[in-house]
Amino acid sequence: MSNAILVVGGGFSGLTAAIEAAELGHDVYIVEKSPWLGGRVAQLNKYFPKLCPPSCGLEIQFQRIRKNPRIKCLTLAEVVGLTGRKGDYSVRVRLSPRRTAPHNVDFSLLASTLEGQSPSEFDLGLCGRKGLYKSMPFAFPGRYVLDPSTLSKADAARVAGNKFLDLTEQEREIELNVGAIVVATGWKPYDVTRLTNLGAGSVKNCVSNMQLERLASPFGPTSGRIVRPSDGRAPHNVAFVQCAGSRDQNHLNYCSYICCMATLKHCLYLAEQNPESLITVYYIDLRAPGRYVNVLEKVKALPNVRFVKGKAADAVQAEGDRVRLTVEDAVRGEKLTLDYDLVVLATGMQPSLAGENPPLPVPLDEDGFIAGGEEAGIFAAGCARMPLDVTRSAQSGTAAALKAVQTVKGR
Amino acid sequence: MAGKIGVYFDLQNIGGGLDVEALAAQTRDKWGDLTAVVKVVPLLAEAVDEIRADIETQSLDGVLLCGASPRVDGDLYRFSVQVEHVNLREQCVLAYRNPDNSPVDSEEAPELLTLMARDYVNMGVVKLQKSEVPDSAAIKGVPRILVIGGGWTGLTAAAEAAATGYEVVLVEKAEKLGGAACNIPTGSPLGPLWTDKQPVNLAAKIEKVTGDKSITVHCNARMEKLEGQPGEFTAVIATSGGPVTVQVGAVVLATGWTPLDEKYLAPMGLGVSPMVVHAAQFGKMLAAGQVTARRIAFVLDTTLAEEAVRKAAEETAEAPAEAAKPAPEEGEAKPFVKEDLESIKHLQYSNAVNSVGMLRLANTICEKTDDATQAFILYKDMTVPGILERFYKKMQNRLGVMMTKADVTEIRDHGDRMVVACKNTLLGMDFDLDVDMVVVPTGLVPTTAKDVTVNFAYRQGPDFPDLDLFDGFADSNYICFPYETRRTGVYAAGCVRQPLTMDACEEDARGAVLKAVQCIEAAGHGVAVHPRSGDRSYPVFNFVRCTQCKRCTEECPFGALDDDEKGTPKPNPARCRRCGTCFGACPERVISFANYNIDQIGSMIREVQVPKDFKKEGPRILILACENDAYPALDMAGMRRKAWSPYCRVIPVRCLGSVNAIWVSDAMSKGFDGVMLLGCKYGDDYQCHFVKGSEICNRRKENIAETLNRLGVQPERVDQLEVAIDEYDKVPDLIDGFVARITALGPNPFKGM
Repeated sequence: MSNAILVVGGGFSGLTAAIEAAELGHDVYIVEKSPWLGGRVAQLNKYFPKLCPPSCGLEIQFQRIRKNPRIKCLTLAEVVGLTGRKGDYSVRVRLSPRRTAPHNVDFSLLASTLEGQSPSEFDLGLCGRKGLYKSMPFAFPGRYVLDPSTLSKADAARVAGNKFLDLTEQEREIELNVGAIVVATGWKPYDVTRLTNLGAGSVKNCVSNMQLERLASPFGPTSGRIVRPSDGRAPHNVAFVQCAGSRDQNHLNYCSYICCMATLKHCLYLAEQNPESLITVYYIDLRAPGRYVNVLEKVKALPNVRFVKGKAADAVQAEGDRVRLTVEDAVRGEKLTLDYDLVVLATGMQPSLAGENPPLPVPLDEDGFIAGGEEAGIFAAGCARMPLDVTRSAQSGTAAALKAVQTVKGR
Repeated sequence: MAGKIGVYFDLQNIGGGLDVEALAAQTRDKWGDLTAVVKVVPLLAEAVDEIRADIETQSLDGVLLCGASPRVDGDLYRFSVQVEHVNLREQCVLAYRNPDNSPVDSEEAPELLTLMARDYVNMGVVKLQKSEVPDSAAIKGVPRILVIGGGWTGLTAAAEAAATGYEVVLVEKAEKLGGAACNIPTGSPLGPLWTDKQPVNLAAKIEKVTGDKSITVHCNARMEKLEGQPGEFTAVIATSGGPVTVQVGAVVLATGWTPLDEKYLAPMGLGVSPMVVHAAQFGKMLAAGQVTARRIAFVLDTTLAEEAVRKAAEETAEAPAEAAKPAPEEGEAKPFVKEDLESIKHLQYSNAVNSVGMLRLANTICEKTDDATQAFILYKDMTVPGILERFYKKMQNRLGVMMTKADVTEIRDHGDRMVVACKNTLLGMDFDLDVDMVVVPTGLVPTTAKDVTVNFAYRQGPDFPDLDLFDGFADSNYICFPYETRRTGVYAAGCVRQPLTMDACEEDARGAVLKAVQCIEAAGHGVAVHPRSGDRSYPVFNFVRCTQCKRCTEECPFGALDDDEKGTPKPNPARCRRCGTCFGACPERVISFANYNIDQIGSMIREVQVPKDFKKEGPRILILACENDAYPALDMAGMRRKAWSPYCRVIPVRCLGSVNAIWVSDAMSKGFDGVMLLGCKYGDDYQCHFVKGSEICNRRKENIAETLNRLGVQPERVDQLEVAIDEYDKVPDLIDGFVARITALGPNPFKGM
């Protein structure tokens, strides 16, 4: 029996669940697949509706973790096996090698001398990353990762013999004993290559909304300037295609909750950087639930943003690396063909577990959202359960923490 | 008071730029016995056992770690004694540049860098010397939770709190439990697969609460007052049998909503024609089998109502303004008047609950009448976000349900029927829809917009402060921390916090219960709750010198301080979030924390070696930086090699609200040429984790500037700059701009006096 709690996923809802439970006096393990905590929100430039930086809230969460010996963070870690039952689970966790010292070392100079590059997962392919890297300045834990497959021959010679790097480190497995589990595995951006009518990711200057976040980020590939990836120029004519994959039986059979609000936020980014830019948003419904309507009103009041109810049928390459959109204006019943400097696909969120076979006894619905598990002491939180914004993810994480605490209390 | 300190220098992390041995030697020379151990270690992270052994054998009572930022590897350095970090990496070596921007000689540490490092180490020693291990203000936390509101959210909260092992007192205003849910026998989905309507089984939910021995229910009851502090609140509940007094540890506020005043919906026909009802009324009629209409328009577009309010506002603006009421005299005690925050906004904010609700109602009436009813749903935006899209699909897939986007431009009574004029529809034409009933949305007005729900017996008044920021909702200002209110130990959930569907209310109730439980446990251990969770320190008052000026009681963002008739502050440590705003406010400096106090920071300021010769050796600038945003931004700037003027010395503070004017005086009399207050953005979208810190600091700065002016010091020598945590690439320029302005002003006239 154990009254420890396992939290799978170190994104915002997982962090929240872990910290809230630990501050109630429980031992908590966070198992995070990537090298750092923070998940999707770490990739975002700003949150709607306040347009404040996500690292502000993460900083507080990381402070809380630093101060709390009850929280054990396992990064580059994945649950690979689970046995036992509610109250007494034995969890096998695979730890992938980080190949850097188990403490903070400033590798920035060494990293900058390396030449080998791989596409940056964190920056969604907009730029490269080195073989020795740390994706964000606020990375927690603040440790680099060494990825030998990205090292060139010369790189390998440069890193060889560094006492804080270990090219031979192997993956290993550990076992944890816990009484309850919170699954907060989050979401992934819907794969644009499946959106064949919208260019399948091969049309130049047709980017996804998450890529736009990286372009707008001060630690993104352009240090925050929103430009066309093809030529680095500021776009003048910009279109947003809402529900790119969402609310579509052939793709995601649900609404992704955040894309309307994200696009409104992106309109504000663009209007701030280039007040001259002309923006058109093609939408089915503008979903700004609750007090978010204030953001919608604010954006509607901008002179250079236009909203057209209609779905984009098609995106192809036009001259000058522009993007040609074919759109249906649903109210006027017109078909429009227009060229844009930049088109942003408001791609939706797909649960990370979609198409996966997690070694956890939880039922998934046909879209990959968790649809049960409570009887087994396993509680879904955040976007593993349904598409949510950050606030609701935090609520969801807190609520899941309560259920987990109830499960292990008194054991 | 740390009296035997071990100082450790991390050669690996700072050795590249500094003569660490020399630094260690000067530390030994200067501090003698106080620094019982001074060591240069090759790698601090591998010296943890050595430090632990030194603490034992040398009886150290403090450890000073000179190396990387305290934000790095915090988990490695947990010792049984006080620990302080001197940030010689990010904010010293990595942030160093020559004043003239010439390349830094890599052979020898530049003198200015050495001076900076020396100052920081000395400041660190003093900081520890003036710091004590706080004893905690633990109280016996009462394991009982007060839930205010016995509707859907409150019932959920009560049951969950009981299931977590806590007693519950549930207060309901009405004569029976259930609230708005009483009229919703079948609701929107409460769980996976989020597809279909679902019986809410309210009776079972009520039974679970009333049948639980650990839950006491008071109906026909309201809060008379809540006094005390988390862990030991006293709640006085007005019941039909007289007042009931009960001890509770924390509170969940789930008082829900009331429908928006009909007058706002009159432009849509509500209250004007008997054939128009709002959604909640319709739901009640439907449950009672009273709906006879067979052609029903469900109008989600609320433009008519919004336009009417806008027009009325314009007319009022044109009318001659009434004579302004005389402003109350300064210091005059103002009686509390609850401001009515109900407005048309509440109708707009209810867009999602109405979209979901009307879909359900339209589907239900069609189902009940075997599709003999025609239900027209007219919307501008169908706001059914997220997973409920599945529900949307299912609900509209019904013979009698017809939907279109439409701008509803008029709703008029035609005697025997209603006419709804629709434009810009998806049917390719404008049309008038004849119906025999119109259902308009229900505006959810949070109870906190109209009433004082909790009745705090607090010095700062009975209500939550700043409710107007959220249009009356008892919501959090923080996206990341949805349960934070400005009244510690009171957590709002459900529609009093935001308009929510029933599934979301249940989840919200659970979250609020967790926070309530956590708060009771924290009070029991004498530690702070969010954001300084686990902090054992708390403000201690030296009442002998208190002049009852009331500033601390007024400025505390959390209303932690009450007072007696004379105005002497009465601390409530369990309400306190440990930001230090009180001691920042105190002109007599009678407030302190064991490990953070006026003398400590003042001593650190005085420990800096300020050169006499401004021209030759440059100015000295003090930066008081908020540790939550500005300080991390500086760290990241350093890591990104964005250096700033080497004439600056940074001291982190818990919040700019804790900055006391005396520190500026200390700096000025020490000879500093400028003081920069570096904190977060304020205004309606403030980012301060303690609500008001940077705003209050800015207000105080004006007074400081005035004082300086009187003393013949240019007020521009003190400035506050706003920085967000992600502005690491801009902050060095901000600093350098300030340093340039100070350099242009010339030396502080007090220098060398």
